[in-house]
Amino acid sequence: MSRLKIATTWLDGCSGCHMSFLDIDERLLELSDKIELVYSPLVDMKTIPEGIDLALIEGAVSSEADKNELLKLRANSKILISFGDCAVTANVPGMRNHFSVNDTLSRAYVENSDSGKCLPSVSVPKLIEFARPVHEYVLVDFFLPGCPPPADVIFSTLCELLEGKTPSPITKTRFGA
Amino acid sequence: MRYPSFLQRTADRADVQPVRVLTFSINGVTVSAREDETILTVARQNGISIPTLCHLDGLSERGACRLCIVEIKGSPKLSPACVTLPRQDMEIITHSDRVMDYRRKILELLFTERNHVCSVCVSNGHCDLQALTVELGMTHVHYDYLHPQQMVDASHERFSVDHNRCVLCQRCVRVCDEIEGAHTWDVMGRGHLAKVITDLNEPWGESTTCTGCGKCVQVCPTGALSEKGKSVAEMTKKRLFLPYLKLMRGEEER
Repeated sequence: MSRLKIATTWLDGCSGCHMSFLDIDERLLELSDKIELVYSPLVDMKTIPEGIDLALIEGAVSSEADKNELLKLRANSKILISFGDCAVTANVPGMRNHFSVNDTLSRAYVENSDSGKCLPSVSVPKLIEFARPVHEYVLVDFFLPGCPPPADVIFSTLCELLEGKTPSPITKTRFGA
Repeated sequence: MRYPSFLQRTADRADVQPVRVLTFSINGVTVSAREDETILTVARQNGISIPTLCHLDGLSERGACRLCIVEIKGSPKLSPACVTLPRQDMEIITHSDRVMDYRRKILELLFTERNHVCSVCVSNGHCDLQALTVELGMTHVHYDYLHPQQMVDASHERFSVDHNRCVLCQRCVRVCDEIEGAHTWDVMGRGHLAKVITDLNEPWGESTTCTGCGKCVQVCPTGALSEKGKSVAEMTKKRLFLPYLKLMRGEEER
């Protein structure tokens, strides 16, 4: 049996959802026979491959780079999961939405900066006006709220999907969990 | 028991026998109740749980959140159970697909109207709004977030109000008026622009009517009103004072 091809990414988030994914701990060995991580910050793959079975999206959509990454992953994946509160609600990244992009950047790179005091112009993706949840850009198949979603919920959701069942995580996790 | 004025009129009517008992059905089960008891009260007496947010035992009903809407056979509109009195032979349905769908939509709209960020909220894990997302199976919000600019008033010595987290349930307004008797809190503006205010929209810390009792903080369903010095998930509300005070005052009146 071929293994389930899984891709994960983090957009505008803290990587906490990925840490929670790793908190599956020794059960990862159990999963490793059944899944293959084809694209992720956890593996060395620079481009998004085709034929992904399941994509886990952490983080809100905050920049052009986030948007492009998300659209590509959606196009190449059968199932896409909005993974964690930032992806589901925009959560903490969304707290900048009351301010203009310029005010937000000035606060970080000028007002609160000890050195440099200039806005970034190279290497940093351009921010878009609002940080928005994933489902405002692409079709999302399942939502996994939580900040982060608990490791047990991530594990049971993956198991349910491997067994061909429809996961129902809302009873096991919640916003801010 | 106090009702909103339009219900109080019915309760005060001289031509209505105050102890009349009605028979009607909830979810196909025949129940009986006094005519001055709301559908919500009767449902709960019969072990039927209807979700609520603005309702709090011990305070008057306001019908502000609409989460307790139920279907009444023969009526095209949904009625809030907390402010609707039953009638003889009424057929009430509390958990139809239609009702559940509207309840979830109402809850989602509450989330879009303000900036509810559970993960960094003082009430994370102890919040009535957050608990409702699990109860109603709300996985995400289907509408665009409004991201309104909302203020925090931390001028009071011991408490603060964060309008980002307010759901306009008016529990604070009612407890301050009905239990404490100060009426420091009220509401200004209309629709989603409405907000709770202290005195005549003055800083809470400068209020001349606030007694500093903190009842508003304890009844607030979310982290909108909180005690200062509490960090994320540390704000647990203590609401036992309310039934206790009601009981003691009831005995005094007798």
